[in-house]
Amino acid sequence: MPALVAIAFLTLPLIGLVVRAPWRSLDRVLAESQVVEALRLSLVCASAATVLSLIFGVPLAWVLARAHFRGRGLLRALVTLPLVLPPVVGGVALLLAFGRKGLVGEYLDVWFGFTLPFTTVGVVVAETFVAMPFLVITVEGAFRTADRDYEEAAATLGASRLTVFRRVTLPLIGPSLVAGSVLCWARALGEFGATITFAGNFPGRTQTMPIAVYLALENDPKAAIALSLVLLAVSIAVLVALRDKWLNTGSVA
Amino acid sequence: MSVAEELPAGAAHPPGALQMDGVVRRGTFTLEITLTVAPGEVLGVLGPNGAGKTTLLRALSGLTAVAEGSIRLGGTVLDDAATGTFVPAELRPVGLVFQNYRLFPHLGVRDNVAFASRSRGFSRRQARRRADAYLAQLDLMALASRKPAQLSGGQAQRVALARALATDPGLLLLDEPLSALDARTRLDVRAELRRHLATFSGPILLVTHDPLEAMVMTDRLLVIEDGRVVQQGTPAEVAQRPATQYVARLVGLNLYPGTLISADGTVRLHAGGALTAAPDTPLPATGTDVLVAVRPSAIALQTERPHHASPRNVWAGTVIGLEMLADRVRARIDGQPDALVDLTAAAVAELQLRPGQQVWLSAKATEVDVYAG
Repeated sequence: MPALVAIAFLTLPLIGLVVRAPWRSLDRVLAESQVVEALRLSLVCASAATVLSLIFGVPLAWVLARAHFRGRGLLRALVTLPLVLPPVVGGVALLLAFGRKGLVGEYLDVWFGFTLPFTTVGVVVAETFVAMPFLVITVEGAFRTADRDYEEAAATLGASRLTVFRRVTLPLIGPSLVAGSVLCWARALGEFGATITFAGNFPGRTQTMPIAVYLALENDPKAAIALSLVLLAVSIAVLVALRDKWLNTGSVA
Repeated sequence: MSVAEELPAGAAHPPGALQMDGVVRRGTFTLEITLTVAPGEVLGVLGPNGAGKTTLLRALSGLTAVAEGSIRLGGTVLDDAATGTFVPAELRPVGLVFQNYRLFPHLGVRDNVAFASRSRGFSRRQARRRADAYLAQLDLMALASRKPAQLSGGQAQRVALARALATDPGLLLLDEPLSALDARTRLDVRAELRRHLATFSGPILLVTHDPLEAMVMTDRLLVIEDGRVVQQGTPAEVAQRPATQYVARLVGLNLYPGTLISADGTVRLHAGGALTAAPDTPLPATGTDVLVAVRPSAIALQTERPHHASPRNVWAGTVIGLEMLADRVRARIDGQPDALVDLTAAAVAELQLRPGQQVWLSAKATEVDVYAG
C-alpha cells in the first residue's frame, strides 16, 4: 500500500504536466524567440559543462581511484560535496570565489579585465561546479572496478602506459564514461539555483530553460508548462539512453 | 607477403636459457628462488596456493622487480638489483599466458592477438595480418571475429597462447593454463597445449598446482612452498620420492619423516611408530633423518590381527573415513602411523568397513621406500 502511494505521488505530477499541457498552442509557444534562445543556451551551456567535466573530471576520477596518498578520503569528500550542497549555496560560494570581489575573481578582473558572474561563461562555470561530481563519482567507480589485470596483461604485450590507458582502460570504462557524461549533462541542463545566483537572468546570455520556466510561470503559465514538457522530454530521453545501465541493474546491483 | 613467410620462424630473440637467482618481496611475503631453464625445456613450477608461484611469474614478466639477485635471459640482463637494471614488462621479450587468460573483453579474437604488434607500432592492417599467422598456427581462423565472451574455455586458452606468442617472446610463461577449464575439456586441451609448446624454441615455465598437469606437460619440476624451493627433479623422481607432505598428498603417497635407526632398514617415525624397509635396498646412513614413502595400494587392511608373520610391518589403527575414488575406495586410518589405504569396493563391503572400526594394517618391507629427506 505505501508503495502504491509512492508510485502515485511520483507519477501524478508528471501526468498532470502532460494532461494540462496546452497541446494546441504548443508550437506557437515553443517558436517564440525567447524560448528558442533559452533552449539553445541551455543545450550549449550544458554541453560545454559536460566537456569541461570530462577534460578535468576524468583525470580527477583516475587520481581518486588509483593514486595512493594521505587525505584522499578528504579530497573525495570535498570534490563530491557539490552533490549534496544546496545549489544556491554553491552559487553564493562561486560568487565569493570568482565574483568581481572574490578570492580569485578579483585578480581575474584586475589582471585580465575579465569577470565571470552574469556572463554565459559564468553559466557554464556554475553548471560545471554542480554537475562535474556526477561524472567524477561514476567514472571513479569504473576506474576502481575496472580490472587492473587487463592493464597488466597489456603491459606484458608491450603496451606503454599511454597505450594501456588509451586502448584498454578507456574502452573498459567506456559505458560508465557515457553514463557519467549523460548524468552530468542532464544535471547541468536542469541546473537552476547556482546558475541564477552566480550568472543571473539575462535573456539570451544567462537565461537557461529552468530559469525561463520559473519566470514564465508568473506571467505566462502556458509557456511554463510547454517549456517544462520540453525538459521532461529531454529527461525521458536521458533515461532511455541509460536504461541498460540503470533500469536493468536492479538484480545485478 | 604470404602468411607463411610471417610465421615466427627464427624469432627475433634467439633462444637463450633463463637464469634466475633472486629474492622477490610482495608485502610481507618473500620468495627466494634459484632456477635455470634451457631453451626448449619446460620447467614445471608446482606449489600450493600462496607458495609464491604468481610472485615468481610477476618477477619474470617484469610486473614486479627483484629485491635481490638477478634474472637473465640468454645474454640479456632483465633485472639486477645490484646494478639497478630493470627491463619493465612492456619491453621484456617475455610472453605470459595468464591463469584466467585476461583476454581483452572489448576486442575480438584477431585484435586480441594483434595487440602486441599494435603496441609495437604496426598499423592496424599490418598487425592484423601478423595476428592471422598465429591464428592459423593455432587453428583459430574460424573464431577470428568472435569476442572473448563467445569462446569456450579451451578456445580462450588457445587465443591467450596465440596472443602471448605474438609478442615473439624469448621466454614463455604459463600460469595454471588448464585450471580454468572443466575436467573434460582439460583432457583435450592438455594434449593440444603440449603439442603447441613443443614448437616453441625458447625456455618455457609452466606454473601449476595440478599434479597430472605437472607430470605430463613438463620436462623437469621445481616444487616451491612458502617462498622456498623444496624439491627439484624429473616428474617421475618427484612422484616416486616426494620431499614434502604437500607433494606426497598430490601424488597420493603416504609419507613419513623419521630417523633411520639401524642398518636393517628400520625407521623410527617422528610422529610415532616404526616402519622397516627391505635390508638389501640402498639406504641412507644410519642415524640420519629420512623420509619413508608407502603407496596406499601397498598397504593391506584386515579386521583381525594377521597371524602369519611375513610382512615386517604390522600396526593397529582406526578407520576415520572412506572415500570413493574412480575404481577403488580410499580409507583414511588413524594409527601409528596414520595411513591412506586403497581397497576395492568389494573388499570394503566384505569387511563391512565403517568409520570408528578397529583394523590392522600391514605393509611388505619391499613396498617401504626409505630415502634421504
